[in-house]
Amino acid sequence: MSVVQIKDVTKRFDETTALQGIDLEIEPGEFVSLIGPSGCGKSTLLRIIGDLIQPTSGAASVNGKPARQARIDRDYGIVFQDAVLYDWRTVAKNIALPLELARWDRRRRTDKVKEMLELVELTGFESHYPWQLSGGMQQRVSIARALSFDPALLLMDEPFGALDEMTRERLNMELLRIWEASGSTVVFVTHSIAEAVFLSTRVVVMSPRPGRISNVISIDLQQPRTATTREDPRFFEHVTEVREALHLGHDLERAPV
Amino acid sequence: MRRGVGRAVLFVLVLAALWGLWEGYRWLWIREAWTWPFIVNDTSMPHLHTIFQALWSSARPGGVGPLLITILFHAALFTAKEAAVGFALGAVLGFALGALLAHFRILARGFLPWVVASQTVPILVVAPMVVVWLNPKLPGPLQDWGAVAVIAAYLTFFPVTINTIRGLLSADRRALELMRSYAAGNWRILWKLRFPAALPYIFAALKVSATASVVGAIIGELPSSIQDGLGGQIINYSQYYTTQPTGLWATNVIAAALGITFFLIILVAEKLVVRRAPENVA
Amino acid sequence: MSSTPTAVQPVPRGGMGRLVGRRMVDWLPAVIVLVGVIALWEILIRALDVQAFLLPKPSEIARTLWDTRHELWAAGWFTFQEALGGFLLGSGLAILVALVLARWRALGTALLPFAIAANAIPIIAFAPITNTWFSPLNKSSKIVIAAILCFFPVLVNTLRGLTSVNPRALELMHSYAAGEAEIFRRVRIPTALPFIFTGLKVATVLAMIGAVVGEYFGGALNALGVLILTRARVFQFDEAWAGIVVACLMGLALYIAVAAIERLTLRWVPSTSE
Repeated sequence: MSVVQIKDVTKRFDETTALQGIDLEIEPGEFVSLIGPSGCGKSTLLRIIGDLIQPTSGAASVNGKPARQARIDRDYGIVFQDAVLYDWRTVAKNIALPLELARWDRRRRTDKVKEMLELVELTGFESHYPWQLSGGMQQRVSIARALSFDPALLLMDEPFGALDEMTRERLNMELLRIWEASGSTVVFVTHSIAEAVFLSTRVVVMSPRPGRISNVISIDLQQPRTATTREDPRFFEHVTEVREALHLGHDLERAPV
Repeated sequence: MRRGVGRAVLFVLVLAALWGLWEGYRWLWIREAWTWPFIVNDTSMPHLHTIFQALWSSARPGGVGPLLITILFHAALFTAKEAAVGFALGAVLGFALGALLAHFRILARGFLPWVVASQTVPILVVAPMVVVWLNPKLPGPLQDWGAVAVIAAYLTFFPVTINTIRGLLSADRRALELMRSYAAGNWRILWKLRFPAALPYIFAALKVSATASVVGAIIGELPSSIQDGLGGQIINYSQYYTTQPTGLWATNVIAAALGITFFLIILVAEKLVVRRAPENVA
Repeated sequence: MSSTPTAVQPVPRGGMGRLVGRRMVDWLPAVIVLVGVIALWEILIRALDVQAFLLPKPSEIARTLWDTRHELWAAGWFTFQEALGGFLLGSGLAILVALVLARWRALGTALLPFAIAANAIPIIAFAPITNTWFSPLNKSSKIVIAAILCFFPVLVNTLRGLTSVNPRALELMHSYAAGEAEIFRRVRIPTALPFIFTGLKVATVLAMIGAVVGEYFGGALNALGVLILTRARVFQFDEAWAGIVVACLMGLALYIAVAAIERLTLRWVPSTSE
């Protein structure tokens, strides 16, 4: 059974068609990237999966349920480009937030927070406040929070977009390690071709006006990915493949001269 | 266009609701003869329409002589003059001092904490004394209202100074670097970048000061019982309150109108001068 | 290959310095100015032989303050109670109303022009009316004035804080299927706290002013405002100034109390600045 099923989803905002006729199925354990130029609707699609936006027509389902039910049942965790940590809570309390909302008792919460901090390698920072952490560390806390209730699905909206290249590459490796350890499915929105190829099992290429899927590329690089994967000739082939798919999608929407 | 009509309708509706609330409270409290928080009757809470009736009838009992609203209007003008002169004076001085302190940081370190602390000095508390003390010292034509204008100036001066400094220093650092890369001199930078950046802050201070000037003018009139101004009229009608409660309420209505008018003038000026969304009030 | 943490060292907490929040060096120029002004005041009056009863020397004010301290303390305490009562009443109501207006936005938008207009009204002109509602000798008449004065700044600031939440933070809460009440409790209110304290600090100043100036329109004989006014009227300026000093000190005390509570509550903000 697919984790995510998107059937003929269309989304219109006033005059613009953000998404049109989107069909997509994501199997458990996959790492799927959504990539495309601005306005292609990738962030909108992510939010439709999370039921933070409702489609104009069509349906999205998660874990076999309608997206709305999946949200109420807390079947997914979400990470934004901005870490969105609450300034008035310590790192530990920030991670515990969804657990408090789910009414876990204190003992269970403390254990879980400890486990999550180990997962993102931030043990010892429980009592720090967000302003005391670097951008990369804040994002790791954000990821820990998203995974704290072991969701089947992780939605990520350009989570490393605000970080520098070196931190980004390091966090890419971290994310893959966490993905393997937790066994969840990931839907990842990004601008970066290299990042998409490095992280994913499949790359969904989207194009704008109207937002649609123009191509889906399977990445058959060796798992688990390592630092040397980036130097593999097959890596460059895939990057080129994605780049050409992006240009093709872009050209399609240009009016004939 | 439709939104404007919608807004106007909403405004009228809320106004009517408030009117209804007043009359409703009055009716209920009188009917139940409740005494908390205070006894309600024709004296303590007159019908709203009687207040407006009083405005349009003669001020003197007996029904002859000028209308109450005429008398109060002239009193309001007198107070407005005091407030406006003080406001203008305070604003100009405040802006000048603010620009000075923004430029010379060492002066700012010495004076700024006191400028800030002076906001906690209750100038309104000092007002009557200042008026009593200052009045005899002023030249002839300035007497009576000059001291009150000084109060208004003081009330305007400090918020404008502080907000001028905040505003002038609020320019985006990158915008500053851009100007320097154009080899723009300090005066140019002041005029083209810092000053426009400071305008929203300055107007926020002016809006607060406009109201404060009116309040200051009214309070300043109290000790000398300057009959010509609104403060004097308030004292006047408070003495006749038991026989003619509507008179005092009427002075309050006019005082409120004066405060709102001053505020609106600044608001309009801001919309004309600052060509982006004005900052939220307060 | 583990990443080396690059966290910032937490600032050491505790101690009076932290409470006041500034270093000596920052205070020094200001202290110099204060001392200078007071000294200048004293010297000028001596030198120019200004009529003592119009603008007394600081030393005389200090002496009178000491001589009449019992009377001043009693009067000050009386008026302070009015200010405190008004402050608590007005601020409390304002926060409640702000919570309501933040929850039901339509109500807030409809009432906004009226709140702005009400803020522009000289509230103090109401004092004679409250004096008839409650007798002028009664503290309640001034408490009401002080409360109305405190109401609007606290309301506006609290409302601004409650509605200036990061939209991403709201999306996050929606992803947890959190209800409105939860969102209020966990996000809006903590976000609003710095704004609320800003409003409260403004209100402390207004409360004291409202109480004292309200008494100018009539009040008990043992009230501070009445004392100041009557002394000023008979040109006993040194006693009037002494009364004003007491008023300032009480206002300052209230302000500092609120600021201290702010520091303790908002420990998570790196710098609680203006």
